[in-house]
Amino acid sequence: MSRNPFIRLLRFLFFAVVVRAVILVALGLTVRNRERLPKDGPALVVANHNSNLDALALMSLMPLKLLSKIRPVAAVDYFFTSKAKAWFVTNIIGIIPVKRGSAKEGGNPLLACEEALDRGEILVLFPEGSRGEPETLGKLKKGIGHLACARPKVPVVPVFMHGLGKALPKGSSLLVPFNCTASVGEPLYGTGTYNEFVAALEETMIKLGEEEKKPAWE
Amino acid sequence: MIGAFTIAIAVNQTVAIVFLAFISFLALKEYLSLIPTRRIDRGLLLFAYLAIPLQYYWAAIDWYGMFIVFVPVWLFLFFPALMALRGDTRGFLRAVGTLSWGLMLTVFALSHMAMLLVSGNTANPVAGGVGLLFFLVVLTQFNDVAQFTWGKLFGRHKVTPTVSRKKTWEGLIGGVLTTVAMAAVVGPYLTPMDIWWSAMAGAVLGIAGFLGDITLSAVKRDLGVKDTGGLIPGHGGILDRVDSLTYAAPAFFHFFRFFFMP
Repeated sequence: MSRNPFIRLLRFLFFAVVVRAVILVALGLTVRNRERLPKDGPALVVANHNSNLDALALMSLMPLKLLSKIRPVAAVDYFFTSKAKAWFVTNIIGIIPVKRGSAKEGGNPLLACEEALDRGEILVLFPEGSRGEPETLGKLKKGIGHLACARPKVPVVPVFMHGLGKALPKGSSLLVPFNCTASVGEPLYGTGTYNEFVAALEETMIKLGEEEKKPAWE
Repeated sequence: MIGAFTIAIAVNQTVAIVFLAFISFLALKEYLSLIPTRRIDRGLLLFAYLAIPLQYYWAAIDWYGMFIVFVPVWLFLFFPALMALRGDTRGFLRAVGTLSWGLMLTVFALSHMAMLLVSGNTANPVAGGVGLLFFLVVLTQFNDVAQFTWGKLFGRHKVTPTVSRKKTWEGLIGGVLTTVAMAAVVGPYLTPMDIWWSAMAGAVLGIAGFLGDITLSAVKRDLGVKDTGGLIPGHGGILDRVDSLTYAAPAFFHFFRFFFMP
């Protein structure tokens, strides 16, 4: 993320005006148990992933004064396809880039995430890895387990979002207004093994999703 | 909501019409979010939203002829044909039916408020369209409260036990009579109607409001939701706020138009 004050102001305005207006007017986001969201960093906010709007919607749930600390974690291969796109997601969205599949090459792909947590930042993360089937929860990747267990004191707040995959699904650039909901669960901690953590998180996310009334979308 | 509404109609007519159109937008969005939809219709639903600015534009320029046929004729014919052209016939009738009904309720029915505001000026030289709209909205909201209060105090016999357990004959009759009395008092000031016509308008509003309320209750029952959204925590969504108006607005508009517009 940039240290340039002008770019930081631009980022603030983008989130304070553009993102909030779209979320408020075009979507209408109902939040259940907002008080469970982290009040300060370090923290991990994890959610199901159905739409490019997911990260922006999640970031808009937390107060603007935390904005400079909130960083979504995103894949390099998807977002760094052009110079303009890379500049935008790095400086305005403020992502932490992660290289998918780099664990096989021997490195720690989540090193940047761990460093950010040590700086007290709030990371927004989608453990499914990609947007997958619209409006369904896919299998969770193990990365979130490794990260949570590497920093066992950091709360992991699960959020289940519904409706964004209808408003702006994968493969479409046409935003159609739909009401969306975000249900926030109780925080989890990576105290056991990473496999146990991923299983517990998956169970929590499925439960959060089941509590939500979702009309058919076929 | 009545506060925001009062501010909007007090500023000027354009602001009021934009405000009313926005209520239609929120209502349609909430409706489309609650009902089952088909993925193939996603792009088409964006067209459904475009119906709102057009419908309110017809009202704004006082073009009654287009206002009254746009949704029930042109959109009624347009959307099914568009869906047919896209070629997916699975769930076709359900998709056509739910969309048409939703447009009629949230766009056509509610837009009668804007039409009343614009076309009421000539028929109501003293208080204008604003007076008529104020009469409609305040009395409809008043009627909701009156029916609720009478029902809470004396409610014994349920009108529609399978749809809404809260609606009782005592609440309905007490509420409508209270609304009739209130209408008779304020009607002569806000509208060109005398005390008797105002009382009759109060009865129309009270009964239509009740019917709108139970119709939306039936929809919620069918969809299995308790309230329609989270606009105001604990107060349900926008459809819960405007359910009575979806019936009261067209009913009052056409009652008034038939007897008082040349």
